[in-house]
Amino acid sequence: MSENTKEEYWRWKEYNWKNPEISDWKGGLVTVGVDVGSTSSQAVILTDGELYAFSSMRTGSDSPGSAVNVINWAMEGTGLKMEDIDYAVGTGYGRVNVPFADKTVTEITCHARGANYIYGPSLRTLLDMGGQDCKAIHCDDKGRVISFLMNDKCAAGTGRGMEVFADLLAVPIEDIGEMSFNISEEPEPVSSTCVVFAKTEAIGLLRSGWSKEKVAAAYCSAMAVRVVKLLERNGIEKDFAITGGIAKNTGVVRRIEKLLGIEALKTKYDTQIAGALGGALIAKTIVDKKGLKALR
Amino acid sequence: MITVGIDSGNRNTKAVILRDGEVIGRAITLTGFDANKSAENVYEKALADGRISSDEVASAAATGAGRKMIKFADDTITEISSSAKGILFVHPGIKIVIDLGSESSRAVKLSADGKIISYSINDKCAAGAGVFIETMARTLQVMPEEMGQLSLKHTEDVPMNSQCVVFAESEVVSLIHQKTAKEDIAYAIHKGIAGRIGSMVRQVGIVDGIALTGGPSLNTGLVQTLQNEIGKEIIVPEYSEYISALGAAIYASETAQ
Repeated sequence: MSENTKEEYWRWKEYNWKNPEISDWKGGLVTVGVDVGSTSSQAVILTDGELYAFSSMRTGSDSPGSAVNVINWAMEGTGLKMEDIDYAVGTGYGRVNVPFADKTVTEITCHARGANYIYGPSLRTLLDMGGQDCKAIHCDDKGRVISFLMNDKCAAGTGRGMEVFADLLAVPIEDIGEMSFNISEEPEPVSSTCVVFAKTEAIGLLRSGWSKEKVAAAYCSAMAVRVVKLLERNGIEKDFAITGGIAKNTGVVRRIEKLLGIEALKTKYDTQIAGALGGALIAKTIVDKKGLKALR
Repeated sequence: MITVGIDSGNRNTKAVILRDGEVIGRAITLTGFDANKSAENVYEKALADGRISSDEVASAAATGAGRKMIKFADDTITEISSSAKGILFVHPGIKIVIDLGSESSRAVKLSADGKIISYSINDKCAAGAGVFIETMARTLQVMPEEMGQLSLKHTEDVPMNSQCVVFAESEVVSLIHQKTAKEDIAYAIHKGIAGRIGSMVRQVGIVDGIALTGGPSLNTGLVQTLQNEIGKEIIVPEYSEYISALGAAIYASETAQ
């Protein structure tokens, strides 16, 4: 990827988090969702349906290992052990490789459900921009999927595309969004949808004197145009929100909002956990419906 | 009459000098950041190859991605037309010419009397073009020129899911971690490209009499996988990289009359 392997600009931070408001999980129903994506993996732990802890890390080349690593990291500092988990749902591209999952559910279903928790029941249109795919999802007030459209064949509009650009511009991926606004005039989007061609185009622009900020703006703009096309094909209805890593990239988010003429709902939660969160919520629903004894 | 054709490609610039229907000079050079400069350089080289000077040249035509930037060209012609003209000059019976470039590719269908019937282009996706091979060669840490031979030595048919160069890069890294043989990975990559090119050719309808031109046509592994994909024999003409430039030179001679 980058000729300079010492600095890895595409490498976004991995992290885990524990809810400071919940001191003790004991006695509560522990449900878990694990989302093993092509690029990143997340694990979310709920106690009695409340967000207790989560973790997000890079998916290695070893999917079963990723699932175990990410849940262990989420459990760190909580005192929880694998045997304390009452029910686990696996999802994501690598969901077949969550060895401890009691059930696997599709990522579309999980994302809609997780987004419903994060953004609330007014959410109808969800754009999920994952590491290697992007999806336009239409859902109801309970977070159930009504329709969806997905692109998983092409890097345009995906996290990988943005990683390539972070690498090219030698800017940490978390900073690209903000720096794309340090420009005097909004440039035209790069003309190629294809990440490989956009990269060549960007090299030419840099060489012709464009600043990194302007190139970042042109690429964020192109990405926004691409995903808006996907959204329009699936139909757009308010309220609208975005999940996935790129939801944290203001450079792309604000340009999407401008093209749609709609403001996206914002959240204090991490947008990357939507899938795993949905999985954990679905796990709780299953237990509530069937009772733990019946499931054992 | 002496004419020159320049093919200003995304990766290489080619020049062909034609005198009264005979190729007397050829040259190729890397297309740098300045397409016009590269064209001027390769023109000089081709003139030297043909042992003539530029004032003997009646007309010049340019084709390729950078054709409009070539200041000394008297005219320009699209790659569709230049590849058609070029292939019919060396192989009059060809019905489909598949021209592969570094960043774009095209399939042109030809009638019995040498007219263009239809064509399909791929210029939106890197996975159907030479840049795919180059990128994968870097990931596998081999020279692009070695990729073809490497793929021919494969023993396993390893499935690769990615139809995208960017995704394929990650997939190849995974395969390397899993200790998959480079030969098998190379084969899978060639199959991927062949799949995309095959889709493009099917849009014009597959018939007998297919030729392959452009830089990637020199890749024997690719020719093999493409033949398997399309199910027809594929001819790679001599100097296949120069066919479009030749077509431009022919066009220059036709319009200079």
